[in-house]
Amino acid sequence: MVPAGVEAAIIYQLFVWMTIGATVILVLMAAVTAWCMRGREQPGGADGSGRSRASTVLILGGGIALPVVVLSALLAVALPSVPALTAPLADPAVQVQIEAEQWWWRVRYIAPNAEPIELANELRLPRGERVQLWLSSRDVIHSFWIPSLAGKMDMVPGRGTHLALQATETGVFRGVCAEYCGAAHARMAFVAEVVEPDDFRDWLAAQARPAAAVAAPEALRGHEVFRQSGCGGCHAVRGTEARGTIGPDLTHVGSRAQLGAGTLANQRPRMVAWLADPARHKPSARMPPFHGLGEERLAQLSAYLDALR
Amino acid sequence: MSTPAMPLADEERRDAQEQRLLTAWRIPTGWRYWSAVNNTVVGLWYVNASLIFFVFGGVLALLMRLQLATADNTLLSADTYNQVFTVHGSVMMFLFAVPIFEAVSILMMPQMIGARELPFPRLSAFGFWAFVIGGVFLCWSLLVDAAPKGGWFMYPPLTSGYQPGIGADIWLLGFSFIEVVAIAAAVELIVGILRCRPPGMRLNLMPLYAWYVLVAAFMVLFAFPALIAGTILLELERAFGWPFFDAAFGGDPLLWQHLFWLFGHPEVYIIFLPSVALVAMMVPTLARQPIIGYSWIVLAAVGTGFLGFGLWVHHMFTTGLPGITLAIFSAASAAVAIPTGVQLFCFLATLLAGRRARSVPMLYMIGGLGSFVIGGLTGVMVAMAPFNLQAHDSFFIVAHLHTVLIGGAVFPLLAALYYYYPLVRGRLLSERVGRWAFWLVFAGFNLTFMPMHVLGLLGMPRRIFTYPGGLGWETLNQVATAGSFVLALGLVLVAWDMLWPWRPVRRATRNTWDAGTLEWLQKDPDLPWGVRTVPIISTRYPLWQQPGFIADYDHGRFYLPDAAEGRREMLVTSTVDAVPLQCMRIPGPTFITLIAAVFVGGFFIAATFQWYVTSIISSLLGLATILVWLWTGTGEIPEKDEKDVGLGLTLPLYTSGRESPGWWAMFITMLGDFSAFVSLIFGYVFYWTLNDRFLAASASGPGVFWPVAGAMLIVGAWLLTALARPVLASTSAALFTFTLALAGTLGLLGMGALATALWDMPMAPDTSAYAATVWLLLIWIIAHVALGLVMLGYCAARRLAGRMTARYDMDLRNTLLYWHFAGVMTLITIGVVAGFPLLR
Repeated sequence: MVPAGVEAAIIYQLFVWMTIGATVILVLMAAVTAWCMRGREQPGGADGSGRSRASTVLILGGGIALPVVVLSALLAVALPSVPALTAPLADPAVQVQIEAEQWWWRVRYIAPNAEPIELANELRLPRGERVQLWLSSRDVIHSFWIPSLAGKMDMVPGRGTHLALQATETGVFRGVCAEYCGAAHARMAFVAEVVEPDDFRDWLAAQARPAAAVAAPEALRGHEVFRQSGCGGCHAVRGTEARGTIGPDLTHVGSRAQLGAGTLANQRPRMVAWLADPARHKPSARMPPFHGLGEERLAQLSAYLDALR
Repeated sequence: MSTPAMPLADEERRDAQEQRLLTAWRIPTGWRYWSAVNNTVVGLWYVNASLIFFVFGGVLALLMRLQLATADNTLLSADTYNQVFTVHGSVMMFLFAVPIFEAVSILMMPQMIGARELPFPRLSAFGFWAFVIGGVFLCWSLLVDAAPKGGWFMYPPLTSGYQPGIGADIWLLGFSFIEVVAIAAAVELIVGILRCRPPGMRLNLMPLYAWYVLVAAFMVLFAFPALIAGTILLELERAFGWPFFDAAFGGDPLLWQHLFWLFGHPEVYIIFLPSVALVAMMVPTLARQPIIGYSWIVLAAVGTGFLGFGLWVHHMFTTGLPGITLAIFSAASAAVAIPTGVQLFCFLATLLAGRRARSVPMLYMIGGLGSFVIGGLTGVMVAMAPFNLQAHDSFFIVAHLHTVLIGGAVFPLLAALYYYYPLVRGRLLSERVGRWAFWLVFAGFNLTFMPMHVLGLLGMPRRIFTYPGGLGWETLNQVATAGSFVLALGLVLVAWDMLWPWRPVRRATRNTWDAGTLEWLQKDPDLPWGVRTVPIISTRYPLWQQPGFIADYDHGRFYLPDAAEGRREMLVTSTVDAVPLQCMRIPGPTFITLIAAVFVGGFFIAATFQWYVTSIISSLLGLATILVWLWTGTGEIPEKDEKDVGLGLTLPLYTSGRESPGWWAMFITMLGDFSAFVSLIFGYVFYWTLNDRFLAASASGPGVFWPVAGAMLIVGAWLLTALARPVLASTSAALFTFTLALAGTLGLLGMGALATALWDMPMAPDTSAYAATVWLLLIWIIAHVALGLVMLGYCAARRLAGRMTARYDMDLRNTLLYWHFAGVMTLITIGVVAGFPLLR
């Protein structure tokens, strides 16, 4: 509810004014109703003699004049902000493509003169800079929404949409899919972290690098499990032979805050639980269960993924 | 009024009249009770069925509230929850909110306007049976875990390509069935209001209820066809892969949203207006004061009806439409507050001028008013596009829409329940229990929905089966859940008061509330004749304002006080001034409506399971049943031309063409059909203007020759049908039959030419949205011509059987009217299908 971005603040301000106005009107209506309900003790004229000036004032004043004035004023205040909230930016500092699919987010930072930097279910934004998001969907209609930063925008297959953001506060914010998109709609969230611009550049540079070489023995064995289980068929880990594009890119999965698009916190025991049976935590999740690997190998696998920072 | 002592002979004559009326209008007993068609009986069934569906939807709501009471709850699985919220929304909209308005109108409209019946009683019965069959089928699907789970809005591509199973088909086909009968009921109500008012009841003397229902029925007529058109597209995509909404094949998911909300937003007013209509009947009575601002209210209702069709895009503010579109629809959406405000203030002005009015119905009306105002204010908030970007698809909207619909529709309905219960059931509900129930309902309602506003602002999206803890949502959700059970408890109390058999019975006196409107003329709810005699009306509140009115009525001193021939008869009057034009005979009890509903329902239900053979057989049986129904129940040639209807007035027993209610019904039905057609054309133009792939594909269209040839042949059939009327007048049955046969042959050839056009198209309909659209448009025309041929055959058979003559030519006139519409649709379609590609 408390805005942490320019766009959200515009809307919040409008909301506050509208709420004050609505409360005043509601109280007014209650008073008028109470006054009308007072009525007369004696039955009025069944012949229609009750028509009076008061009723004309009520109907024309309350029914027509008041709403016309109030609504005109409201439209005059509310509508001028529409272009700022809907038009694409002329000179964005950062551009990100976000592609939704059942039930996660493919995130690509557009890098000048280079391949886009791909990650998943996580968005980091520099405080105070104007960010342009280019939104699309691979399957059904989704909707991108970080309530603290801005309004939402649908992601419609076959149509590109866009959303501009400018965060004003640092912090971690929750983003969700707002358009009902099927079984796991409720489990389609992501993390949006707003950081200082310098930290953002460092982070982005780190994300652009291929996966770190793992050294710990358990992680090395985990890498082997990853290879043998065919994880690379769906997932990419840049710098290794894993080049799948069906599921989320895992190059830096260890650095992410959450697993399964906001389903579980990214800690090793939960990672094991997730790998064993994703659909238990996220209904209809597309990733098959791997409890067949056994506890030991799942632990090794999680050690490998955890090392991918 | 004191009744002067009557001569004995008079009294005997009156008793004899009443006996004959009772016999003619008798409601069958025993198992044949279910063949009744009287509006008072069918209306009551209809109301009860809608209320049962309401209870079902309500239980689903409680389940959802239980599931959301705590974070990460596992009471319902995601899949079950998704089915439950889909069915909850769909049941409440399609099986409660709209049907209850039609049900209440069928139950009470005739008596409110002093008519014996609605003009097509068997149609009401058919509608009821279809409604029950379709509704039970839908609810059943949830119990066997096969229910739709695409949301009540069914957005593709989720529902077209990502939800296998029959759930979505059940939704699409089941609700199409129910939408068709909703349109049928709307047609009947429109004709009833416009053509069956009592003599003297000019339009400006009509009870406000009739005005509101007229507006709502017209809205049904233009709104539902848009959804039916969309439903056809979506089902064709699901069943046969015609890619209307698949972007990869030149389709567009947004077309569904346009069609859905072209229906969906007017739907809000279709629900709201008839409920306000009840308020407009109750307020004057309770305040003992004729309504103030009658004309303002009528204007406002009509204005709302028109505005209601111009707001649909505000459901699509977040789909990435241009800013200017957002601004225009924001302004239009806000503007609807004006007519709504006018109506509210007219009611308040009436209360102000009248006496102090305190009663259970009044409590509900004031409670509803307050809630509705809150819902209206949040409605203006969400109408503002910037705020909508935040609120859309969040719990703020859940709160807003329930506040509007419960405040604007459910509270008035509960008020009307208390108000009209004595009229319908002959006894009063308890004032004391009623007050308790009201406060429980009111408190529960606010506890449930007020926290949801805040939840939405905190970022809780809609349609989630659960949410993680730690987001600050738990407490508010628990309050909402508790509130929902308080609300339910209040409703249980109302039900207990109505249904508990050992409650003390307080018999209601006649005209319990001392009202001024016609429905309160009724003496005893068990009398089946609708009205004892059709009165002459000169005021808006005849019971208050026309001296001696009740006595005259009771003594049968108005029109049609008798049923001399033992037939069910009613007056047909002119549209504006209600001048008597005809004494119409209407058919009595029958099971054929039930049989027809079963077969037509079988068509839709079998199609759901893709049992197409069964489906087609069932539809043919349905068609045959309907033909038998029409053959035996309509267009009957009376034994005499005219009849004395009392007070020295003689009226014809048969009219055809523009004078007859049947012609009006056909005309209005075809308006609905035409608006479905316009929705399909809208689809074509929508793709054409917005979609390059569609444009490119139109290079391989059906060409010009075959479509134009088909159109010319069909126009030929149309002209011959027009020619058949003079032929019927002048010559033999053989020539008439020959003319119709010739028309039929041309029609058949025309169908063949259009089919050839499709066959020759290089693209199959499942390869591009363009080809699919062309196929659908031409099949639409082919199907219409086919039905036109059935009608021609029917006319020929009627002539040969001696059931149609130049004087009694209703069937032919109605058939010709149908062909006018079919002909115009053909010309438009061919113009679009053959012409647009030439413009490329």
